[in-house]
Amino acid sequence: MTIQDFIQLVFFFVLLIGLTPVLGNYMYKVFSGKKHIMLPFLGWLEKLTYRVSGVNPDEETNWKTYTFALLVFSLTGFVFAFLVQLIQSWLPLNPEHLAGVSWHLSFNTAVSFMTNTNWQSYAGETTLSYFVQMTVLAVQNFVSASAGIAVLLAVIRGLAGKSTDKLGNFWTDLTRITIYVLLPLSIILAIILVGQGVVQNFKHYETVQSLNGLKQIIPMGPAASQIAIKQLGTNGGGFFNANSAHPFENPTPFSNLLEMLSILLIPAALTFTYGKMAGSRRQGWTIFTVMLILLLTGLIISLYAEYSVNPVFGHNHLMEGKETRFGIVNSVLWSVSTTAASNGSVNAMHDSLSPLSGMIAMINIMLGEIVFGGVGSGLYGMVIFIIITVFIAGLMVGRTPEYLGKKIEAFEVRMAIIAILLPNMVILIFTAWACVSQAGLAGLNNAGPHGFSEILYAYSSVAGNNGSAFAGLNTNTVFYNLTLGLGMLIGRFGVIIPVMAIAGSMAGKKVTPPSSGTFRTDNSLFIGLLIAVILIIGGLTHFPALALGPGVEHMLLNAGITF
Amino acid sequence: MSTKLNTALFNKRILVQAAKESVIKLNPALQIKNPVIFIVCIGSVLTTIIVIAGIFQGNFSSFNLQIAIWLWFTVLFANFAEAVAEGRGKAQAESLRKNRTQTIARKIVGKQELTVNATELRKGDVVRCLAGDVIPSDGEVIEGIASVDESAITGESAPVIRESGGDRSAVTGGTRVISDWILISITTEPGNTFIDRMIALVEGAKRQKTPNEIALSILLSGLTIIFLLVVVTLPAFFSYSLSASGLPLSQNLTIPVLIALLVCLIPTTIGGLLSAIGISGMDRLIQRNVIATSGKAIEAAGDVDVLLLDKTGTITLGNRMATDFIPAEGVSAEELADAAQLSSLSDETPEGRSIVVLAKEKFNIRGREVHQLNATFIPFTAQSRMSGVDLKTDDREIHMIRKGSSDAIRTFIQNNNGFYPQEIQNIVSELARQGATPLVVAVNKKVLGVIHLKDIVKGGIKHRFAELRKMGIKTIMITGDNPLTAAAIAAEAGVDDFMAEAKPEDKLKRIRDEQANGHLVGMIGDGTNDAPALAQADVGLAMNTGTQAAREAGNMVDLDSNPTKLIEVVEVGKQLLMTRGSLTTFSIANDVAKYFAIIPAIAISLYAGKNGTGPLSALNIMNLASPQSAILSAIIFNAIIIILLIPLALKGVRYKPVSASAALLRNLMIFGLGGIIAPFIGIKLIDILINL
Repeated sequence: MTIQDFIQLVFFFVLLIGLTPVLGNYMYKVFSGKKHIMLPFLGWLEKLTYRVSGVNPDEETNWKTYTFALLVFSLTGFVFAFLVQLIQSWLPLNPEHLAGVSWHLSFNTAVSFMTNTNWQSYAGETTLSYFVQMTVLAVQNFVSASAGIAVLLAVIRGLAGKSTDKLGNFWTDLTRITIYVLLPLSIILAIILVGQGVVQNFKHYETVQSLNGLKQIIPMGPAASQIAIKQLGTNGGGFFNANSAHPFENPTPFSNLLEMLSILLIPAALTFTYGKMAGSRRQGWTIFTVMLILLLTGLIISLYAEYSVNPVFGHNHLMEGKETRFGIVNSVLWSVSTTAASNGSVNAMHDSLSPLSGMIAMINIMLGEIVFGGVGSGLYGMVIFIIITVFIAGLMVGRTPEYLGKKIEAFEVRMAIIAILLPNMVILIFTAWACVSQAGLAGLNNAGPHGFSEILYAYSSVAGNNGSAFAGLNTNTVFYNLTLGLGMLIGRFGVIIPVMAIAGSMAGKKVTPPSSGTFRTDNSLFIGLLIAVILIIGGLTHFPALALGPGVEHMLLNAGITF
Repeated sequence: MSTKLNTALFNKRILVQAAKESVIKLNPALQIKNPVIFIVCIGSVLTTIIVIAGIFQGNFSSFNLQIAIWLWFTVLFANFAEAVAEGRGKAQAESLRKNRTQTIARKIVGKQELTVNATELRKGDVVRCLAGDVIPSDGEVIEGIASVDESAITGESAPVIRESGGDRSAVTGGTRVISDWILISITTEPGNTFIDRMIALVEGAKRQKTPNEIALSILLSGLTIIFLLVVVTLPAFFSYSLSASGLPLSQNLTIPVLIALLVCLIPTTIGGLLSAIGISGMDRLIQRNVIATSGKAIEAAGDVDVLLLDKTGTITLGNRMATDFIPAEGVSAEELADAAQLSSLSDETPEGRSIVVLAKEKFNIRGREVHQLNATFIPFTAQSRMSGVDLKTDDREIHMIRKGSSDAIRTFIQNNNGFYPQEIQNIVSELARQGATPLVVAVNKKVLGVIHLKDIVKGGIKHRFAELRKMGIKTIMITGDNPLTAAAIAAEAGVDDFMAEAKPEDKLKRIRDEQANGHLVGMIGDGTNDAPALAQADVGLAMNTGTQAAREAGNMVDLDSNPTKLIEVVEVGKQLLMTRGSLTTFSIANDVAKYFAIIPAIAISLYAGKNGTGPLSALNIMNLASPQSAILSAIIFNAIIIILLIPLALKGVRYKPVSASAALLRNLMIFGLGGIIAPFIGIKLIDILINL
């Protein structure tokens, strides 16, 4: 690593830490219905939305109604996305005359964007028309992100509310998040990206003569508007197949920095919002610190792995699959951030990472996408781990465990366990199935432990609603489209429903005022404890699989064997 | 019972009985109550079947047999832990039963007295008990007064007075009337008496899982399911890896190995010890002579963060003590002290004794025997409200020395045609204002002065309250004193708050207020008028000497009737929760080492080069001798650790009154970090041993 690399890393994290309270505070104002800076500019749009949709913004609902609204909303989005893909050949804005999408791919893609996963079994430029990209994918990029944040808001209200059963109004939250947070940020980012050279047009694909005399087709399209939200909303579904490794998605080092920052920006800022809404900024910063430590640990191990001497090739800057324009540090920082944050966009091929950094990417996902994680989903996922941690450790201080003054009892523990169990079930059972079935093994391009890693990565990615791929695995088959699609659904709603149930149950509880006998959840001891619980639960669940995949590969690489 | 019983942690009889019980408990209907251990049980059966099938197929595997044996031991050890805990309770229950012999009762029907069996008594029946009778069932004295020997339940041999009306009216079945007679109205149905409930509780027969225990069981079951998933998917991962390494699928993991891995991973340690911890929590309370009506109450005690404590008996010594002699004008302090001491020589009340002692301390006036002085002791009566002596001096004159309340002495003086000075009245008023009790001393018609009787705060109580504060518990002193006195004592004792001139309904309101603010409240009470507050409190500790109403309302009864007990109850509750949390942490932390033992062992052949050792043997950081011995060592460690931790489960983790953060750090270091390190050492040692 050069000194420039180091400076860049420091710069990146200073920006991230600096922007967290700024954006976090702004979101706090928006979500609590307070006056804020965007109200004069966009207030009319919010009011208009309520009038058109007939929503009473002040009507608060309990957790069941809130969750039901979310499920209905998601289902509607899914059905629309599914149908539009099937009939895209008859719809406008299809200059390349792309055919309708197969039913299983359409199912997979619809689920993928609705669940904020953005797993892509398809290649954007050769499969989907501009119409689908804009009306389905871009819209879902916004609303699936909003829905994730909405769940988080309900959870915070449940944890911090005083003996009520009201968790807010899903439609109001959805509207405010989209209009005041995602829309303005995306517009700003999209405009800057266009300035950097990201394309934004409805043109035919261009055919050019390359330097060595071959013909090359260069895809076009309304990319910038979609890339902005794909980064900000931890969606990650690229406009083009190469995602942000494509020069039209990510043309310059500056665009690269902005896109990387956008991955973590909202999830990080939400920790601050969380603290503010819960009435204690320290609680928010505690969670931020836990996430930052886990992220940095992964980053350091990945960088170490990429900069160590490769025993097979004998040198240490393997550029295969890396973002050659920006170098190893930017490739690794992106890979760690995108897997930690449930984003899934890439600027380098994770398949070509060294086994150890590939393993870090996988672990980031397997922990449950809580290291910053998806917008909203990362933090509510973290709440699950907080509940487990508080329960185990809370007993050790000799009191019924409590978080933010509310007791953690059998119901909360049961729901937390379900929320941890379901995504892990997806990873373990589907990976096992793919390993022993013809349909599963057929998709493999690589042999040995690396092939295993590819399957493991794919199911981890969908279970965590990440969406990035190890690639190297052809997943556009009925088997993979369906199992991966199912995995995404379980990974999304298998966590949302239990966590909403927790919010509902916690909302009605009395708050015990803190005393010196209270188990503190805002000090360094708790930070260490939470990290330990996250790593131990994740580690114990996936130790065997990780050992058989990247673990073996790493040791074989050291012995000079590759696959 | 209790402390007087054999409560040695391990006594041979209990251990032998527990060993038998642990086999009886293999009954699936009992075993299924503990899901974690039930899984181990199923694993043991499966492995055993495989071993037996192997014998018939002619490929007997001693390795599988050893796994089977240790799996069975794991189940038996867990059962043993529970049986030992139950056994200790049973031993206590047995001694209770001895007292519950078939009792004959004299039932009053109309004007007749019928002799019936105690078991036939129903609620509302009235019985008469004479001296020597065993009280047939729990009840309330409605007529008469008697001294009752309650040693059967309290272990305290000194008899207590039970009388109708007032706060000492409750009697307990199984206790014995020593003198006089009483008429008792039966208040409980047979089978539900105090002793019956105690027996049920200590035997654990009616033990229901407490809220935290249920939540913990859910967590443990959840972890078990996760590890079950990990283990059942592993053969598929292996099948891929075997093909990738060019090995035949017949080399895939065998069921005994998978079961061994599963049992090592699921939280068997805490799963096996969980009910023992719960039972022993109850047991520890009983050793302190406190009976809880449910395990839930003990848990709630750990959560209590506000304690309502009665001043008298808890914070101050039950009795006031003489602290000063204030002479009247023209009287020396020594003269007053001498008279005061003389008046108190035969006064056996603590106040009286304290006057004798004070006179000796202050003026070195030695106590004298009343009969040597040719004196007649005049005892305290409710009518006269004073006590003293009549001294016959050499001049044949009778000195009537009296001490008593100012009103009583004033009457006494006036009857003797004496003069009661205003100055004395002023002193008396001043002392009363300070909350002290003034006793006026007079000889014949002359007032000598005033004795200052004062509440004495118990030694060490201030330190105790400081400890409670560290634990985050607020103490509130309840007293009938006026606010000024209350404040003075509160400050001296170091309580956080006080309620002066408190009436029972004030207590109830205070408890409700605290609860509305999210606090959990513990309180002590004995009188009938305490009953509503006892019922409202999260932990209501009733005095055994109290009324039946109070005992029914509270969720705990202190057989010693010692008000300080509430603090100990809180500590037992906290210790119980800590023990559960600590052993859970230990159990989960253990898994790390087990992975490092088992994964390299089962994956040794994968992607192996020419030497037959695959790359994953690098994970064998303990350098265990062989794959077989690695798996066996892990599973042996897993079984033995249960046995090793039984004493800890029964005694509870060491408890110190410190802040939550300090307690957490301490327990994390011991059980978290220790839980990660210990199995590395343990498994390695076992591996060395079995390879000797």
